Amino acid sequence: MLRYILKRAISLIISLCLASIIIFAVVEIAPGDPASFMLGINAQEDTVAALRAELGLDQDKLSRYFTWVSGMIQGDFGTSYTYRSPVAEMIRERIWVSLPLALYALLISTLIAFPAGIYAATQRGKSGDLAVMGATQFGIAIPNFWFAMILVVIFALKLRWFSAGGFLGWENGIFQSIKSLTLPAIALALPQASILSRVMRSALIETLSEDYIRTARAKGFGKRAVIWRHALRNALIPVLTIIGLQFSFLMAGAIIIEQVFFLPGLGRLVFQAITQRDLIVVESVVMLLVFAVITVNFIVDVTYAITDPRLRRRV
Amino acid sequence: MRSGSFISGVLLSALVVIAAGISFLWVPFDITQLSIPDKLQTPNEVHWLGTDHFGRDILSMIMIGARTSLAVALLAVGIGFFIGVPLGLVAATKKNSIIDEIIMRTNDLIFAFPSLVIAILITALFGAGAMNAIIAIGIFNIPVFARVSRGAALSLWQKEFILAARVSGKSDLRISAEHIFPNIANLLIVQGTIQFSLGILAEAGLSYVGLGTQPPIPSWGRMLADAQTMVSFAPHLAIIPGTAIIITVLGLNLLGDGLRDLLDPRVRKSRE
Repeated sequence: MLRYILKRAISLIISLCLASIIIFAVVEIAPGDPASFMLGINAQEDTVAALRAELGLDQDKLSRYFTWVSGMIQGDFGTSYTYRSPVAEMIRERIWVSLPLALYALLISTLIAFPAGIYAATQRGKSGDLAVMGATQFGIAIPNFWFAMILVVIFALKLRWFSAGGFLGWENGIFQSIKSLTLPAIALALPQASILSRVMRSALIETLSEDYIRTARAKGFGKRAVIWRHALRNALIPVLTIIGLQFSFLMAGAIIIEQVFFLPGLGRLVFQAITQRDLIVVESVVMLLVFAVITVNFIVDVTYAITDPRLRRRV
Repeated sequence: MRSGSFISGVLLSALVVIAAGISFLWVPFDITQLSIPDKLQTPNEVHWLGTDHFGRDILSMIMIGARTSLAVALLAVGIGFFIGVPLGLVAATKKNSIIDEIIMRTNDLIFAFPSLVIAILITALFGAGAMNAIIAIGIFNIPVFARVSRGAALSLWQKEFILAARVSGKSDLRISAEHIFPNIANLLIVQGTIQFSLGILAEAGLSYVGLGTQPPIPSWGRMLADAQTMVSFAPHLAIIPGTAIIITVLGLNLLGDGLRDLLDPRVRKSRE
C-alpha cells in the first residue's frame, strides 16, 4: 500500500512539473506581447522596451520559467502586469468565492444525486426510475449558463428572492454571502447532479447483480439491508471518482457562471487576465487549478485503493 | 420503453440535422438584412420564432446556428475518437509497460487541465473562432476516448475468446482491431454521443463568452449572450436558443442511450 501511494506521489510530482512546462509554453508561444498590449498601439518603441524590462519580459525564457516556478513553490506568484499587485494576493481574495461556490455546488449535487440514484436503482424499470432518468436527461442537456439566466429572471428579477449577481464578501455577513452564491451554485449543480444520479444508479444496479449480493440475498438479508450494507459501499467507488472529477470541474468550470453572476472568483479573474494579456496571472491561476485537480485525483486514487479491498490486495 | 428513448432521440436529432441541412438551401429570412422596425417581435405568423433586437428572424438564425453547433462538435469528437481510441487500445495491449504508463499519464495530465479554462485560453490567445474552438474542445476528447477504450479493452483481454485468438497466433494489433474494437464499439458510440453533446454545450459556452463562432455567423451561444441584457423584457430571445441547445443535446443523449440498448446483445436478447 505504501509503495503504491509513493508511486502515485512520484507521478503526481512529475505531472505537476510537466503541467507547469505546458502552461508556460502555451502562454509563451501565444501571439501578443503583454507590454505592447498594455501600452496600446500608439506606444513608442523605447517605452515598450522599458516596460518589458520592468516586467522581466526581456530575460530569456528558461530563466523566466525557473523564476516563475521557484517563486510559486515559495508562495510568490509574481506581480500582475495590469494591476501591479501580487498575484498571490489576488488569488487569495478570489479563492474565497470559488472554493465555497464549488463546495456548495458539490453539496447540492450530492444531496440530489444520492437519493435520486439510489431510488432509481431500486425502482429499476418502473415509473419512478423512468421519471428520475427522464429528469436527469434534461438536467444534462441544459447549458448551465442558460439555466443561470433563467434562474436570474425568475428568482432575482420576478420574485426578488435573490440578487441578480455580485458578491459583497464574507465580511458582510455569512448568510448574505451564502445567499449570493445560491443561484450560481444551483446552476452549477444541475448538470453535475444529473450525471452523478446516473452514475449512482448504474453503479448500484451493477453491484446488485454481483454474485455476493445474490449470496447475501440467499442468506436471507432483505433487499433494503443488502443495498445499505453491501451494495452501496461497493457502488461508491465509481461515484467517488466522479465526485473527485466534478470538484475540479466545479473549481474551474465556474468560469462562465461567474461571468453570468459577476462573481469575483478565480474563473472571472483568469477570464479578465486572458483578455488583458496579463499572462502571469493566467499562468499562475491555471497552474493552481491544475494543481488542485491533480491533487484531488491523487486523493481519489488513494481513497479508491483504501475503500476497495480488491484493489487494496492488488496494490 | 428503451426503443422509446431511441425513437425520441432519433426524432430530436433528425429535427436538428434537417434544420441545419435545409439552412444550406433555404432559410425563411435573410439574416444579413437588419430591419430595426421589426425588432423584438414575439413569435407570430410571419416570424414563427419572433425577431431579435436587430429585427432578424430568429428561426433563420437558429437553423444556421444548428449547422455551426453540429459541425464544431462533430469535428471535436472526431479529433478525440481518431487519436484517443488507438492510444487506448495500444495502452491496453502493452498493459503496465512504459508505453501504457506514458499514454495514461499523459491522459491524466490532459484530464487535469480545466478544459473550459484551457479552451478559453486557447481561443483567447490564438484568436477566437470556430477552428480554434474545435481544437480546444477536441483536445479534451482525446483522453476520454483513450481511457474508455483502454478500460474496456483491458477487461476483454482477460476473456476466453481473446485467449483463443492469441493461441491461434494473431498479433496484439490484429486482435485489437478485429476482436477488441468491435466489442467496445458500442461503448465508444455511447461515449461518442456523450462527447458530441458535451461539444455542443462547450461550443455554446465558448460562443456565449465571445470566443467561439464569430459574428456575423449565427451561433446559439452568441444569441444567448446577446439576449442576456434583454431577457427581462424579451425572454423569447433567451428561451429559443436555449431550447435549441437542449433539444440537440437531449436528442443526442437519448440516441446514444437507445443505440447502446439496441446494440447490446444482452439487452436485445432479454427483450426478444
